[in-house]
Amino acid sequence: MTAAPLLEVSHLRVEFPTRRGTLLALDDISFSIASGEILGVVGESGAGKSLTGAAIIGLLDPPGRIAAGEIKLTGRRIDNLPYEQMRRIRGKEIGAVFQDPLTSLNPLYTVGRQLIETITTHLDLSATQARVRAIELLASTGIPAPEARVDHFPHQFSGGMRQRVVIALALAANPRLIVADEPTTALDVSIQAQIIALLKKVCREQGAAVMLVTHDMGVIAETCDRVAVMYAGRIAEIGPVADVIHRPAHPYTVGLMGSIPAMDEDRERLLQIDGAMPRLTAIPPGCAFNPRCPHAVDRCRAERPEIAEVGATHAACWQPVAVEALR
Amino acid sequence: MSTHLVEVQDLAKIFDVSPPWLNRVVERKPKAFVHAVDGVSFGIERGRTLALVGESGCGKSTVARLLVGLYGATRGAVRFDGEDIAKTLGGSGAQKLRRRMQMIFQDPYASLNPRWKVLDIVAEPLREHGLVKDAAEARRRVAELLSSVGLNPADAEKFPHQFSGGQRQRISIARALATQPEFLVCDEPTSALDVSVQAQVLNIMKDLQRERGLTYLFISHNLAVVRHVADQVGVMYLGRLVEVADKAKLFSTPRHPYTRMLLDAIPDIHMTGRARTPVQGEVPNPLNPPSGCSFHPRCPLANARCKAERPALLEFKGVRVACHAVEEGRAA
Amino acid sequence: MPSGGRASLTMAVDADPKPTASASALRGFFDGDVWHSFRTSPVAMLAAFIVLVCFVCALFAEIVAPHNPFDLATLELLDSLKPPAWVEGGEAKYSLGTDGQGRDILSALMYGARISLLVGIASVLLSILIGVSLGLLAGFLGGRTDAFIMRICDVMLSFPSILVALMISGIGRSLFPHAPDMLAFVVLVLAIALTGWVQYARTVRGSTLVERNKEYVQAARVIGVGPLRIMRRHVLPNVLGPVLVLATIQIASAIITEATLSFLGVGVPATSPSLGTLIRNGNDYLFSGEWWITAWPSLTLVLITLSVNLLGDWLRDALNPRLR
Repeated sequence: MTAAPLLEVSHLRVEFPTRRGTLLALDDISFSIASGEILGVVGESGAGKSLTGAAIIGLLDPPGRIAAGEIKLTGRRIDNLPYEQMRRIRGKEIGAVFQDPLTSLNPLYTVGRQLIETITTHLDLSATQARVRAIELLASTGIPAPEARVDHFPHQFSGGMRQRVVIALALAANPRLIVADEPTTALDVSIQAQIIALLKKVCREQGAAVMLVTHDMGVIAETCDRVAVMYAGRIAEIGPVADVIHRPAHPYTVGLMGSIPAMDEDRERLLQIDGAMPRLTAIPPGCAFNPRCPHAVDRCRAERPEIAEVGATHAACWQPVAVEALR
Repeated sequence: MSTHLVEVQDLAKIFDVSPPWLNRVVERKPKAFVHAVDGVSFGIERGRTLALVGESGCGKSTVARLLVGLYGATRGAVRFDGEDIAKTLGGSGAQKLRRRMQMIFQDPYASLNPRWKVLDIVAEPLREHGLVKDAAEARRRVAELLSSVGLNPADAEKFPHQFSGGQRQRISIARALATQPEFLVCDEPTSALDVSVQAQVLNIMKDLQRERGLTYLFISHNLAVVRHVADQVGVMYLGRLVEVADKAKLFSTPRHPYTRMLLDAIPDIHMTGRARTPVQGEVPNPLNPPSGCSFHPRCPLANARCKAERPALLEFKGVRVACHAVEEGRAA
Repeated sequence: MPSGGRASLTMAVDADPKPTASASALRGFFDGDVWHSFRTSPVAMLAAFIVLVCFVCALFAEIVAPHNPFDLATLELLDSLKPPAWVEGGEAKYSLGTDGQGRDILSALMYGARISLLVGIASVLLSILIGVSLGLLAGFLGGRTDAFIMRICDVMLSFPSILVALMISGIGRSLFPHAPDMLAFVVLVLAIALTGWVQYARTVRGSTLVERNKEYVQAARVIGVGPLRIMRRHVLPNVLGPVLVLATIQIASAIITEATLSFLGVGVPATSPSLGTLIRNGNDYLFSGEWWITAWPSLTLVLITLSVNLLGDWLRDALNPRLR
């Protein structure tokens, strides 16, 4: 990318002070997203991917807080802004789409009213103009008969339609960055496809950057340009999507890709990684994956690996895997 | 057919979701029914796995519950090893039948009683059916069962909240195997689990099937998982079976337009950047299903007959499909 | 599916095992969040302390009380109507003063508190028995049973509780006019219990409706466990949490109801006066200047009910799953 990245996260640390001590939920996360790019953040439960999204939007649940590092949007730091300023940025420059469309929309107000409210907060439009734009937004997200549906309540939409409304809401103020946290997990497979297509369209047409957080590798393969694989609050591997999936370097990524049942081949047993992701209270020293790693050596147990270029991707590993060795 | 351990004939379940009597009288609302399962027929051979796939509202979970007797069928029959389960469950042979079939549920956090120790949870079927004489024997059997699913026998003294989702699901499997059943109904057992944990559980389930000759009915919405575990696959839509085929045939040459749509809609990690034709429409409201073939509003091959007449599940080149277009040779 | 959505402490920390009060060993309890919340709440600790003191005094009244106000042999009529010790005319021997018959108020308070607490706790236990059983049945069996029990609840709630208690007390007394005092207690406890069970029934019914659909109940049904056993062994332990909180708060209201009834003369028999009876007795002297005879029992009643209420409030907050 020749242009400066739209979003730049450097050495982000998120902590949760509890009465049992301080828990490190995100440990030195760094990545960037360029305009018009879709970055996937994938990981299993507890890896910290949702937290990363929340930290960027500025919606970390207290007592969680950003302990170190920087988040820059178009070159400007946003992690240390006061609440009011962050609130303005949140709607205008960053749009958010969450997993459950039922709870993302206020059931008491019509869809139109919620859209208009967002539009008039962030854009300088009159009420009439805002309504016109609301209808446009609904149309652009593929909702049929938007002039009529703009006055409907959320419960009058089906699940897939509701998620489209949520996306419309996120797009209302023309944001540069959209953070989508598991936007398709609660939807049926056929609807998932529609929503994914919509997100891609939005990204290309408006040049927005998208950060797509999910546990579903298939969705990532379909949608993203680059992907970051997270493990125990750290990034294990990051790189172009095709390379991470077909030529992974980090043993965890290899195991992850191998444990996903594929549509195009028959295997007797799925590759399985024994054990489980460590709880945040019990992260082993050195590389967090070392107890489960078939290639671990002493250095892995002692020293935490830095992210380094390995083949086509960047991986945090002292013993990166040779191409396709485990598949 | 005597090779079929489980046989289902024209199974149907209708739920009465009418508004309360007072509302109906005052607001003049009609009674409302949901045909959750609308005439389903299939058979599962001993030692094999039939998977039922479909999206939300297709009735696959209801079929699962009908098969173990959690719901009573409105119409049709479920036969287990030749006998009608509705009759048996109502009579004296109920306990014996229950020993032979068990169920594994989707939510690992709700399927174990949070106040009971794992020992009691896994021993409950043993105690209920009088299969153990005393506490010591119960402890022994539980230890065996826990080992068979890859857990430490010492875990029997712990409580469910001390385990992760994948481990809880394994405890569920251990409990289901306690009475040495022949038939296991698995309702989305890995949907709530992470991918790597899912791999562990699926591997265990396949191993157990091989070792003990178990028969599975596997419910899932994830076609990739189904492809891994199933021998035969049935695709459901709005309470009806639209296609039943051997796994290989279904995935290589899907016949029914809905099956094709589903297969097309799955994001697959090995097909990066593939352009998919997005699916039209959404699953209709089960309270008000379309007439004739319930898929016709979304089907590119629908004609007048599809709107009027419900297609029957017919044999076609070795698979069973319920589609007029296929029957008439219109489907490519 | 693994839940995504808003980030929160639960997801990050992956829930440290929180031992529930009934689940783990004692050490687990002291290490847990409930105990910690108690230690850091001065209100809860103070309330618990007061309740403890009252309990001890009530339980061991014979030992703790300086006099026995019901032993006629020890009463001295000459000592009657003495004011509290710090007021002019009072004696150190009777620290809070005496009543019209020379009974020491402080001792009467302890014996009275015992009766009040006894009746209060007994009626709450009976309420729980009735309410939890009916709530479980209503929630689990559903349909007509549920509708029937809920209608009974609605009817019961439309009567003021004092009225119901009065009615039952009145009926009891007229049926057994020469009954021994023991029966009066039974009727009283019954009367209060019958006004209080509705809360439990509704709460437990709500929780039962939720638990009934959970998969561990379905698993038990698939195993072949009968409905009564499922209710008792699976559902009941999981719905008792809110009952505990309710019970703590209801003890206070039961004590007040008993006091009211005794004040009105239809509560405990005169030979075993509760705080309510003492208040009533003292009322006659209020306007002639001997304020202490009614003031101390009233204050004690307020103190006990306030402390129990505060304790109940704290318990409800402490048992709430705070981490979302």
